[in-house]
Amino acid sequence: MEKIFTRPESLLDVPTHYCAGCGHGVVQRLIAEVIDSLGAREKTIGIAPVGCAVLAYNYFDFDMSEAPHGRPPAVATGIKRVHPENLVFAYQGDGDLAAIGIAEIIHTANRGENITVIFVNNAVYGMTNGQMAPTSIMNQKTITTPQGRTSSEGYPLKVCELLSVLDGSSFLARVSTSTPENIRLTKKTILKGFTTQIEKKGFALVEVLSACPVYLRMEPEESLKFIDNEMTKTFPLGVFKDWETNNS
Amino acid sequence: METKHLLTGNEAAAEAAIIAGCRYYYGYPITPQNELINYLATRMPQVGGTFIQAESELAAINMVYGSAAAGARTMTSSSSPGISLKQECISYMAGSELPCLIVNMQRGGPGLGDISTSQADYFQAVKGGGHGDYRIIVLAPSTVQETADLVYDAFDIADKYRNPVMVLGDAQIGQLMEPVVFHKERKNNVADKPWALTGSKGRKKNIVKSFYPVKGELEVFNKKLQEKYKRIEDNEVLFEDLNTNGADVVLVAYGTTSRICKDVINKYESGNHQLGMLRPISLWPFPTKKIREISESAKAIITIEMSAGQMVEDVRLAVEGRCPVHFYGRTGGGIPTPKEILKKIDELGF
Repeated sequence: MEKIFTRPESLLDVPTHYCAGCGHGVVQRLIAEVIDSLGAREKTIGIAPVGCAVLAYNYFDFDMSEAPHGRPPAVATGIKRVHPENLVFAYQGDGDLAAIGIAEIIHTANRGENITVIFVNNAVYGMTNGQMAPTSIMNQKTITTPQGRTSSEGYPLKVCELLSVLDGSSFLARVSTSTPENIRLTKKTILKGFTTQIEKKGFALVEVLSACPVYLRMEPEESLKFIDNEMTKTFPLGVFKDWETNNS
Repeated sequence: METKHLLTGNEAAAEAAIIAGCRYYYGYPITPQNELINYLATRMPQVGGTFIQAESELAAINMVYGSAAAGARTMTSSSSPGISLKQECISYMAGSELPCLIVNMQRGGPGLGDISTSQADYFQAVKGGGHGDYRIIVLAPSTVQETADLVYDAFDIADKYRNPVMVLGDAQIGQLMEPVVFHKERKNNVADKPWALTGSKGRKKNIVKSFYPVKGELEVFNKKLQEKYKRIEDNEVLFEDLNTNGADVVLVAYGTTSRICKDVINKYESGNHQLGMLRPISLWPFPTKKIREISESAKAIITIEMSAGQMVEDVRLAVEGRCPVHFYGRTGGGIPTPKEILKKIDELGF
């Protein structure tokens, strides 16, 4: 009988520490499937962030590095410059990328560094139990915005839009894991993020809206609806820049 | 015939790094180390290397982290405030056991301080600097020639122990011009790095990390680190001994101040007592045993620094009360003069 569904070779058969309903497991599986489909497992080098996804280096079956909080794009730069023929990607959360690491992501994109960044935006700090993220939406209640986010905490940071004005960025897209259809589109978009690098077209970032039911204080199903009904109002899905179609 | 070049310490460090096989430099401008980054901006591309002027000191040292994890010889350079910014990642590199070179041409502090010479980063350099129980190897040159020579050694030692190495100079060493000879025939012993991230073809995956969240794992790892540090202390101590045998007053000084002390010793004429000098070249590991040995016969030791008194603490720890340990230092760009040092010696009153 033909096997039509199996664990990707790039993903080890180990339990993850992710909470029920968390989007990280889905996104990491998609990355593994894409890397398998490219036949690139043995030339891939990934960077895991500080945050919930730090242990991703235990789940992927390819070379992995840790990085200090916010610095995966700089570490990825250092690796890619040594091994330009390897497939190098940084996996980052919203605190890592859009708060403490905003300088690194802007400058790495602006240099047109030939790497891929997978940016998981779940609008909250999961690892440290639910504080405001730079991408928390207006009025969102978190432990550090108990009355809801107001303008005094600043506004949700729109990373794709921000990076799209830079001459150095080549591919920028925002997708989501809210429905099977969106998950399929996410996989296709992650593939594009990696082929951009393989074809040496420069900096690619795929922002994935993802659920953190535990710290959004929601049932898993409700947290997926939160992505569709609330997050996408602030963070519209779509391609913000594409070197192939000159869409920018 | 060996060609002599007239270069600043900053430029000599840069060229020596190229000869040592370093092809990945990441830095951010700061006085008084600008001659180094400026030199490599031109020189790195000539040898097919990578030069990035990073957006910050943080980004620069994290790029070094990446290239070191990828198995390459790599370096950054800065001066005091910039080195403070790099400390988090230096701790990560010590924890991830990544080799690299960090050059610190010290300036005055605290805060923005000034851009003149200083040795006030001794504590930060030799006691760890960042968070956690770790050490970096610290080498302190006193001439432009020695800056070049120690840069070669730094890459070898870093690879040998999988540990960051700092070459700790100061504004004086960095900006002073002296003749220097580069040992072009020097072999590039880049160590085999089976742990490096190169893509997992034909082997199991490698992970570069410093995170040990499972109870007990971190203590096991830290013990392993401490055993490595013990091996470094046993094998990598470097110092220059100038007439300490039989001396009753011994000056202890490194870098720029050691040059002044050397001048004092050469010019010193006194029937009263014999002067010697011990110049630590490796500040960590510190020449503790040698200083202990000296303290058994010397009547007094005087530590001379361009700080409010930092290395003197390690000298006192080595001496353990066997003889009096005195200190003379200047800060904020002040440089101890031979006259001031002689006065300090006279004040001993014997």
